[in-house]
Amino acid sequence: MTHLVSIENVDMRYGGASGTLAVAGLTFKVDKGEFAAVVGPSGCGKSTLMRLVTGLHIPQAGHVIVAGQHVTEPVSIVGMAFQNPSMLPWRTTLDNILLPLEIVERHRKRLRAHKAEYVEKAEHLLDVVGLKGFGSKYPWQLSGGMQQRANLCRALIHEPQLLMLDEPFGALDAFTREELWCVIRDLHAAQDVTIVLVTHDLREAVFLADKVLVMSARPGRVLREHRVPFARPRDLEITYDKAFNDVVHQLHGEIASARRAA
Amino acid sequence: MSAVIEDIQKSEPARPLIARIDWVRASPWLYTIALFAIWEASVRFFDLPYTVLPAPSRIFAAFYQYWSPIWKNSLQTLYTTTLGFLMAVVGGLALGLFIGWSKVIYAGLYPLMIGFNAVPKVAVVPILVIWFGIGAIPAMLTAFLISFFPIVVNVATGLATIEPETEDVLRALGARKLDIMLKVGIPRSMPYFFGSLKVAITLAFVGSVVSETVASNYGLGNLMSSAQSQFNVPLVFAGLLALAVEGIVMYSIMAWVERRMTGWAHRSTMSH
Ligand SMILES: Nc1ncnc2c1ncn2[C@@H]1O[C@H](COP(=O)(O)OP(=O)(O)O)[C@@H](O)[C@H]1O
Ligand SMILES: [Mg+2]
Repeated sequence: MTHLVSIENVDMRYGGASGTLAVAGLTFKVDKGEFAAVVGPSGCGKSTLMRLVTGLHIPQAGHVIVAGQHVTEPVSIVGMAFQNPSMLPWRTTLDNILLPLEIVERHRKRLRAHKAEYVEKAEHLLDVVGLKGFGSKYPWQLSGGMQQRANLCRALIHEPQLLMLDEPFGALDAFTREELWCVIRDLHAAQDVTIVLVTHDLREAVFLADKVLVMSARPGRVLREHRVPFARPRDLEITYDKAFNDVVHQLHGEIASARRAA
Repeated sequence: MSAVIEDIQKSEPARPLIARIDWVRASPWLYTIALFAIWEASVRFFDLPYTVLPAPSRIFAAFYQYWSPIWKNSLQTLYTTTLGFLMAVVGGLALGLFIGWSKVIYAGLYPLMIGFNAVPKVAVVPILVIWFGIGAIPAMLTAFLISFFPIVVNVATGLATIEPETEDVLRALGARKLDIMLKVGIPRSMPYFFGSLKVAITLAFVGSVVSETVASNYGLGNLMSSAQSQFNVPLVFAGLLALAVEGIVMYSIMAWVERRMTGWAHRSTMSH
């Protein structure tokens, strides 16, 4: 059993029998420890895919298997981060990061007695994403990029096996985005975590991922799967290489034709 | 800090008085005094009879002359208003939480609430009198009925507008509805709740005074309606003045509570 996520022939329709068919015949697998990126035309069902894997939606047809279990309810081995950092403004950054521990069953009982241990873990994560010393600040005292870093910490605090990122850097400027690419790259290298990244930035997908899944227009399914051949660790410089841009260019062509097909 | 600033100001005798006054803080008082001054001057200039519009000096004289009944009835009105308001706070918070709990309840009860709110509360007073007789209870209940709507709506709105991403993140971790309400919904509806208290207390005064006017032997409403039937216009205005003072004081207390309890909401919206 090496697949952490395995989706087979999944159909998902919103709003009853006559509603929107968001994905149809969706099939893909993600191995343990792998970094997968999902790209596709907007509205093709990428966020739906995230909700299916995390158990927020249960599909009408097909199988969703995560860590060897059929997903029938939310699975707490997953951490999530969205484009909107959605930090709670009345909590400090540190308390925001600790929030998942107040929810996840296996941590919430230990939290009070082992607070110091968890705080230490949160401080360590803050250090890893370059926010050392910002734990006592409120989210509204942080810039957008810093809030997104804190959001990553919150997604990781309960040591999820699977990290699901839905266009996490879409609202950031180009420089901040590249900084955060490196943060994610280093997190993936340092921790034993599988990552699925939904993005519309093809350079981001190729720079970070081991494989890129290209989706069709709605109803979404996986059209093609690309292995990204570049060795790790990757330096930001490779984004200017010819080979890198060739891969990006090819992905771009595929998505453009998927959009035309719609 | 402020001590330092005062020292600097004292060591600078050259600065004229006009530059040393905090005009923003002083202006509410200045405008109030100006209003009364213009009022006084107009009444004297046009020689208006005091049965139409008494001058402020005349009103203050009435205030002094009828000090004892004004004081007693003010306390009575304050008491019924505050009790009705407190009932509205408890009831509004509870009903708001209930309505905001789920989209279905919100959708079902919202039109009912609007309909309820559209009924003029004065029209309810006779019913309350049939049920409870005249006096403090209908006044209290009218204050309650009129002031609880903004509280309900604000609390429910705060709950119903949780960001979907926040809810997804928490639900994916296995959060139950109660967890989401306790960790996110209730804290985020607090600024809406405390903000609504300012509106609610003002409305509560409207309710209690209306009810006292038509169906009570006590309170400022009753004092004013009996003064009116005796053509004691300065006393009517003195009653209005007492009401205005009570209203301002209660409003200020609510504004202060709001700032104390939900400072984060002001700072966080300011930074965006
Ligand atoms: N909660 C929902 N109810 C109804 N339709 C939805 C809902 N969420 C998404 N959809 C529809 O499903 C399709 C796929 O949406 P989504 O997965 O969010 O796309 P993407 O993230 O790729 O832009 C879109 O056409 C969208 O309008
Ligand atoms: Mg999306």
